[in-house]
Amino acid sequence: MRRFIEKIVENILRLSGAVTTIIILLMVVFLFKEGFGLFNNPVVERGHVLCVNASNKIAYLNSKEIKLIFDGEIENWNKLGGEDMAIEIFRFNEIFSRYSEEEFGNDYEKLPEKLGEVISSTPGIIAFIPGQYMPSSMPKVKALADEKIGGADFFGGKEWIPTSVPSPQFGVLPLVLGTLLVSFIAILIALPLGLGVAVYLSELAKDRVRKILKPAVELLAGIPSVVYGFFGLVVLVPLVQRALNLPVGETAFTGSLVLAIMALPTIITVAEDAMRSTPSAMREASLALGATHWQTIYRVIIPYASSGISAAVILGIGRAVGETMAVLMVTGNAAVMPTSLFAPIRTIPAAIAAELGEAPVGGAHYQALFMLGCILFIITLVMSIASELISKRDPGKGV
Amino acid sequence: MRKFLLATLAILMAVSALYAQKVKGSDTVLPLSQQEAESFTKANKNANVTVTGGGSGVGISALLEGTTDIAQSSRKIKFEEKQKLQEKGDKVVEKIIAYDALAVIVHPSNPVSKLTREQMEDIFTGKTTNWKEVGGPDMKIIPYSRETSSGTYEFFKEHVLKNKNYVNGIMSMPATGAIVQSISQTKGAIGYIGLAYLDKKIKAVEVSFDQGKTYTAPSVKSAMDETYPIVRPLIYYYVEKSESTVKPFVDYVFSAAGQKIVKDIGFIPISK
Repeated sequence: MRRFIEKIVENILRLSGAVTTIIILLMVVFLFKEGFGLFNNPVVERGHVLCVNASNKIAYLNSKEIKLIFDGEIENWNKLGGEDMAIEIFRFNEIFSRYSEEEFGNDYEKLPEKLGEVISSTPGIIAFIPGQYMPSSMPKVKALADEKIGGADFFGGKEWIPTSVPSPQFGVLPLVLGTLLVSFIAILIALPLGLGVAVYLSELAKDRVRKILKPAVELLAGIPSVVYGFFGLVVLVPLVQRALNLPVGETAFTGSLVLAIMALPTIITVAEDAMRSTPSAMREASLALGATHWQTIYRVIIPYASSGISAAVILGIGRAVGETMAVLMVTGNAAVMPTSLFAPIRTIPAAIAAELGEAPVGGAHYQALFMLGCILFIITLVMSIASELISKRDPGKGV
Repeated sequence: MRKFLLATLAILMAVSALYAQKVKGSDTVLPLSQQEAESFTKANKNANVTVTGGGSGVGISALLEGTTDIAQSSRKIKFEEKQKLQEKGDKVVEKIIAYDALAVIVHPSNPVSKLTREQMEDIFTGKTTNWKEVGGPDMKIIPYSRETSSGTYEFFKEHVLKNKNYVNGIMSMPATGAIVQSISQTKGAIGYIGLAYLDKKIKAVEVSFDQGKTYTAPSVKSAMDETYPIVRPLIYYYVEKSESTVKPFVDYVFSAAGQKIVKDIGFIPISK
C-alpha cells in the first residue's frame, strides 16, 4: 500500500514537472507565433484600401507618405512625384454626411456606387475605405498597391504611432533604445550603491546591525512596483524637475532612479551572499599574511566573489529591463528617439501594458505588441544565460 | 471529503444560477457604472451586476466575443465593429446614458486662459511648441495625453485634432489622475481630462470652436445648454437578443435615481 502511494506521488511530481515545461514552451511558441503574424499585415489597416482617381499617376505610397498625407503635412501630389494638384483627403465616415442613410439601400448595397461617384468626381482625392465597399467595377477608381509591413520598417523605424489611421507606424527603435537607456543608467546608479551595501553587510556590519538591515533590504524587494511608481511620480518627478531646472520632470533619468532603487535589493542580496560564501580559510590566510582588513576585502573577497557579483549585476539589469508599472508612471511614455537623459522616453514593457487593452485582438497593433514581447523575451533570455554562465564560472578564479 | 466537494459544487451552481450580468469597458464610465450597479443591487436583492474597466475598445471587443452583456464606452462604436457584430447576426443597441465634457487644462500659474480649436490642434499635433505663440510667456509647451487604450484619447483626436495624429512623442499617461498630478507640477503643461476630475491644482481654459468669436468655460451648466463644445456621449452597447437580461439594469440607469447618480459623479445627465 505504502509503495503504491509513493509511486503515485512520484508520478504526480513527474507529471507536474512535465506540464510546467510544456506550458512554458507553449507560451514561448505562442508569443513568437502571434508576434511574427505582424509581417503578414498590410501597411494600410487590414480590410481597407486606399483609392485614388484613375487619372492620378501615383500607384504606390509607402507607410510614411500615407501618414504625412493624412496628417496634412503633404498637401500636393507633386511632392510625391505626381501632377501639380491639391490632395483631398476623404475618410470613409464622410460618406455618411454626403448622402442620407436611405440612399445606400438596405444592407448598404449602394454604398460602393456612392463611394465611386465621389472618387470619380474628385481628381485629387485619396480615399480610405473598407475593402468590401471598394467600387471595383468603376473605371475611374484606382486602388493603390499595398505592401506587407516589412522587417526594416519595424526594427529600423523611428516612429511608434500604432493608432495612426490609415497607416499605423510600428517603428520599435525608440522603444528598444529607451528600454536599454533607462536600464543601463539604472545599473550605473545601483551598482556602486549596491556593492557598497553588500560589502558593508558582509564584512563590516556588526551582527546586530546585519540582522536588522538584511531583512529590511529584502523587504524592499517585496514592495509592489506600483508603489515605487507612485512614489516616483509624486516625490521624484518634482524633485528632478526642480533640482535640474527641467521643463518636465518625467524623464528617462527619473525612470532610472526608480529602477535603481528597485534593482538594489537583488544586487545587494546576491552580491552579499557571494561575498559571505568566501571560505574563512581565504580570509584568515590573507590576514595572517599581514594584509589589513580593507586589503583583504578588495584583494581577496571581492575577486573571489566576482562571479557572484556579476550575476547580481545581470539579475539587476534583468529586473530593470522587464519592469513595467513603475517606469510607466514616471518616464512620461513619449515614444521618441532618446536624445537626452533628461527627456521623456517610453519603454517596451510600458508600451505593452498601456496599449494591449485597446488593440483589437488579432490585429496588426496587437501583433506588434507581441513582437515587442518577443524582443523583450530575447533581451532577458540573453541576460539570464549570461548570468548562468558567469555564476557557473569557478569561484576564486579572480584571486 | 466527498461531502465537501458536493457542497462546493452546489454553492457554485447556486451562484451561477443567480441572475447575473456583466458590464465592461471604458474607464471613464467605470465609476458611474459601479455606483449604478451598487444602488441597483441594493434595490433588487437577487440581482448581480459585475462591472469591470479596461478601456472602451476592450468592452466592445468583449461584446463581440460575447464575454460581456453590456459594453460601456466613451466613444461611438466604429463602423467596422458594427459590421463584425452584424456578420455574427447580432444587432447592436446603443443607449446614451450620460454626457461628459472634456476640459482642457494647464498649470495654474499659466496666464493663457483662452484657446481656439485651431490653436489646440496646433499644440497637440506639435506645430505650436512655445506658449508665446498663443499669447503666453516664453515657455516650452508640454502636451499630455491619455493612453491609446482610452476613449478619451480617440474622442479628443477626432473632435479637436480633426483626425490628425498627436505629435510624435507626446507624454502619455496611464490614467486621468496621473495627468492631473503631472500637469499640477509642470509649468508648461497642457492636457485634457473629464469634467469630473477638475480641481484647484490645475486650471481649465476657455475654448472656442468658432475661430475665437465666443469662448466658453467648461462646467456642467455650459455642457447641458450645449454652449460648451467638447462634449461626448457615454454609451452602453448591448446586442438585441440579450435585451431582456439587461433591461432592468439599463432602465434603472435611466430612472430618476440613476440619473441623480450621474450628476453626483460629475457627468451630465441626459434629461436636459
